[in-house]
Amino acid sequence: MNRWTQGFRELKRYPSALGGMAIILFLIALSFYTVITIPYSEALEQWRGGDHWRMHPVNASPLWTDRLTGGDKPQTQVIESDASEIRETSFEGGKQVRIPLDFSYNNDGFPSELNLFLEQRHSGQEGFVRLTWHRPDGETINLGGQRIGEKERVSISQNSSLEGRLGMVPHVGLFAGDSDPESPQARQGQYRLTLDAILFDENAELEADLAVYGRVHGLAGTDYQRRDLMLALMWGTPVALAFGLLAAVGTTVTTLIIAATGVWFGGWVDAIIQRLTEVNMILPMLPILVMVGTLYSTSIWLMLGVVIALGIFSAGIKTYRAMLLPIREAPYIEAARAYGAGSGRIIMRYMIPRILPVLIPTFVTLIPTFVFLEASLAVLGLGDPELPTWGKVLNDAQEQSALYNGFYYWVISPAVLLMLTGLGFAMFGFALDRVFNPRLRTQ
Amino acid sequence: MEAEQQNDILLKANNLHTWFDLRQWGFLRIGSVRAVDGVDFELARGEAVAFVGESGCGKSTLARTLLGLHRPTSGDVTFDGQELSTLKGEARQQYLASVGYVQQDPFGALPPFMDVRRLLSEPLIIHGVKDRDTREKRIRQVLEEVRLTQVDEILPKFPHMLSGGQQQRVVIARALLLEPSMLIADEPVSMLDASVRVEILNLLRNIQKQRSLTLAFITHDLSTVRHYADRIFVMYAGRIVEQAPVEKLLDSPQHPYTQSLLAAIADVDADNALEERDVPSGEPPSLLKPPQGCRFHPRCPKAIAGTCDVKDPPFFEPQTGHFSACWLHDEAHRG
Amino acid sequence: MTQSADTLLQVSDLTLHYRTRRGTARAVDGVSFDLRRNEALVVLGESGSGKSSLAKALMRLLPRNIERFSGQVMLGDMDIMQLGDEAFRKQVQWNRMALVMQAAMNALNPVVRVGEQVAEPLRVHRGWSKDRAMERVAETFRKVGVSTDFLQRYPFELSGGMRQRVVLAMALVTEPDVVILDEPTSALDVLTQASIMNVLKRIKREEGTSFILITHDVATSSELADRVALMYAGQIVEISDARDFFHYPAHPYSQMLMDSVPRLHQAEAPGYIPGEPPDLIDPPTGCRFADRCPSRFSKCSQDPPAFSPDERRRVRCWLHEDEVARGS
Repeated sequence: MNRWTQGFRELKRYPSALGGMAIILFLIALSFYTVITIPYSEALEQWRGGDHWRMHPVNASPLWTDRLTGGDKPQTQVIESDASEIRETSFEGGKQVRIPLDFSYNNDGFPSELNLFLEQRHSGQEGFVRLTWHRPDGETINLGGQRIGEKERVSISQNSSLEGRLGMVPHVGLFAGDSDPESPQARQGQYRLTLDAILFDENAELEADLAVYGRVHGLAGTDYQRRDLMLALMWGTPVALAFGLLAAVGTTVTTLIIAATGVWFGGWVDAIIQRLTEVNMILPMLPILVMVGTLYSTSIWLMLGVVIALGIFSAGIKTYRAMLLPIREAPYIEAARAYGAGSGRIIMRYMIPRILPVLIPTFVTLIPTFVFLEASLAVLGLGDPELPTWGKVLNDAQEQSALYNGFYYWVISPAVLLMLTGLGFAMFGFALDRVFNPRLRTQ
Repeated sequence: MEAEQQNDILLKANNLHTWFDLRQWGFLRIGSVRAVDGVDFELARGEAVAFVGESGCGKSTLARTLLGLHRPTSGDVTFDGQELSTLKGEARQQYLASVGYVQQDPFGALPPFMDVRRLLSEPLIIHGVKDRDTREKRIRQVLEEVRLTQVDEILPKFPHMLSGGQQQRVVIARALLLEPSMLIADEPVSMLDASVRVEILNLLRNIQKQRSLTLAFITHDLSTVRHYADRIFVMYAGRIVEQAPVEKLLDSPQHPYTQSLLAAIADVDADNALEERDVPSGEPPSLLKPPQGCRFHPRCPKAIAGTCDVKDPPFFEPQTGHFSACWLHDEAHRG
Repeated sequence: MTQSADTLLQVSDLTLHYRTRRGTARAVDGVSFDLRRNEALVVLGESGSGKSSLAKALMRLLPRNIERFSGQVMLGDMDIMQLGDEAFRKQVQWNRMALVMQAAMNALNPVVRVGEQVAEPLRVHRGWSKDRAMERVAETFRKVGVSTDFLQRYPFELSGGMRQRVVLAMALVTEPDVVILDEPTSALDVLTQASIMNVLKRIKREEGTSFILITHDVATSSELADRVALMYAGQIVEISDARDFFHYPAHPYSQMLMDSVPRLHQAEAPGYIPGEPPDLIDPPTGCRFADRCPSRFSKCSQDPPAFSPDERRRVRCWLHEDEVARGS
């Protein structure tokens, strides 16, 4: 339609509109990318936590924090036995396996944790392994022995006897150099962990993965459950946009139709709608949502439904009614009645389109308020328990006292995304307002 | 002639009243605005009549009542032999299609968010013309008829891109789309510039003649009536006070109200500036509580005390075919 | 145009251009006229001819998007165009020139009694006491035919005709030299129009006020006009004595406009002017009426100056060039 293309041509005159549009487009692109690369079910599955994240560090900061502070914190290294030279010597009723896991360590900072994951296949019997740590300076440290079940996780960091021998937590002690103990620095160079295993099955295979957990991870860092926050930040985008958009569409459209119906029919129809609105206006939305969340379910889609249901008879009805009242008397509507247009057609095709351009800016600025509402619910602990969202991240951060523990990134990233969303829609909406409401234009 | 017309009555209003209730708290009636208060007339097929009066005389309410936009409080309108109030569903749609409506404000009369093609399609869609090509053909036809000959240029335009004259032509085109047998034009030129007015009035008159339409032309301006109507009804405070063929009424007005209306306007002349005009004092009465007797009597310079303020005047026929509701024509009061 | 002793207002080359999205709108484009004492000059024009902008330019009630505002307006011996805004507001507005704006009767403050609203110019511009001002207001109300009982009423309690008289009183209360009326009767009924015009006639006769009446309606204009200036596309195309203009219009546009006026008692139907007035944003070069003019000829592609076929009229049309040559 001509009026719309003209409107958008005018939009280009406002840098804020372009900025807003750029932000919105970025968020939309991010949403599509996320939904395509990480399918919904997979995202839910991963967010549940557990084994998927075992190779991730706990509470690691994002990479950029380290770059910003100029530190030299390590990233996680995983050394797999598949890539190393395994020496096997068979004997009667079993075999002896030696697996060297080599890696080079080039950071001043210490790793955050050391774990060894062992997996023995095709064996009914437990084996035994002895671990030896080779430092770059040639010194070796005996890490003790370990039984091998089918799947074994060897928490080197939590080996208390080792800690006693080293005088420090193992992931520091094993890397400690000769430097000043006041400001310890890790020794850099080639490290090796040698596994000497005895397996009591000739066909058994042993796989070993050594995880040298870093202190920084990815663009978003990780949380206390080792989950990559990127997942939540990325998946939070489509969820937030969908929630905001659906809630805004749901409330605006229904409210608009109801307001128009009331205005058109007038009389008792209008009176009932007005009274319902007035009653609804004094119902507090947040406590009701809290109630629903506490007593029934915190599913985001249920919340969306409640938000829309509470939004139907919202204060918007009063605003729309005031806008529509003069339109009811417009000559073109009288003309439409005179050529036989029915009430439904007049409401949908003659009244609503008249105020739509004025509503679009309001509608656009309404979207982030619902995004914020969803985030607020999540922060209050009423977020969808299954879905990774920005609010959920904030909620976790709060529960884990993230700020107290210095994990700023945990709060900052979702907050920045929320603010960016608000900013983008607000900039775009205000510019639209200027285009569609000529009264606001500056001469 | 007279007998022939009698048989060919298209529309007949019989003691028509349209009142609007004033209500308190949405239901308590505290009074009624008697916008149309007892009107009788007959319109013949192919006849152009003008309803003339000041604002608040009920002429627009009358138009809307005829269009079915207001329900008459009492009395009835008969159109083509059918009583309007009995029409339902399809029959009512049929009636709406046979009466075209041309409004005062051409810009307001067109939905601002529809282009010309769209807004002209609307009546056709509503009346079940489903085929797009048929609609397009019909639209082009009426646009040609209202002399918007650059059809391709006009069709994609929005109302605000058209000049006032073009807008009013589109309004007229829309009124003609459904092949009406009657047009109701409510002040069709009062919002247009002088140089365009005559063009639009000529157009309406020509279409009326070519299609043998019945045209009800509602105006406050007696000076525009002469060439565009056959008969005039003068309305005052909800009633018709005088009716006559155009020339008779303009050249020898009978009712004191018509006389003062005509005295208030004059053909353009530099001498107009030199003398003050005779204007009856006061203002039209409240339609909530119209005065007893003749409604013009409080302002009438010739009012007869004891008669005009007591009894409603019936129509007298001081000249053949010239009716005036004024006691002055009564034999008993002559002299 | 010579300035005679009783010339009150002399406007030369007044120009008011607006800046719009599409370009410069030449609303008032080099307008010159003079107004004598106790004279009523009618500025006649169709919508978009620039007549309302002319009123705004004279009263300096300008919007912000002004591109050009120039010319000379002599009020007595003073060029009011040279005054600063503050000086103009103090010395000219209300005191010497007053404006009744279009639809002003609907712009009355609904919550202030009409008497107080009319007294406001006296209280604000002259610093009069309330009693003194109200006395003058009552006097003005009598002049315009409003009962002094209405002083204490609110605008919604008055009929349209009465409100229009109140607005008129507001313009007259400071006894200005010039009253500019922009479409003072266009929203009113026939009888109310006539009675308002009666009031104007009486005030002109009894008070000696000068009027500039701006209207699109030829019939209304004839009720007050001593002279008529006809505007077309931002310019005055003809300015003539009323008698000449109404009966022997000189410019082809004036002739066609007069021909389009419906007459009550005339057998032949009125004519009309085909076509549309030009856009003020990009008006045609040469004579702006040429496109619609039945008498156009080659010279019309040049901008015609104002010719004076006789001293009572000026016509912006090449057809009158010869007449002038012959006359001199």
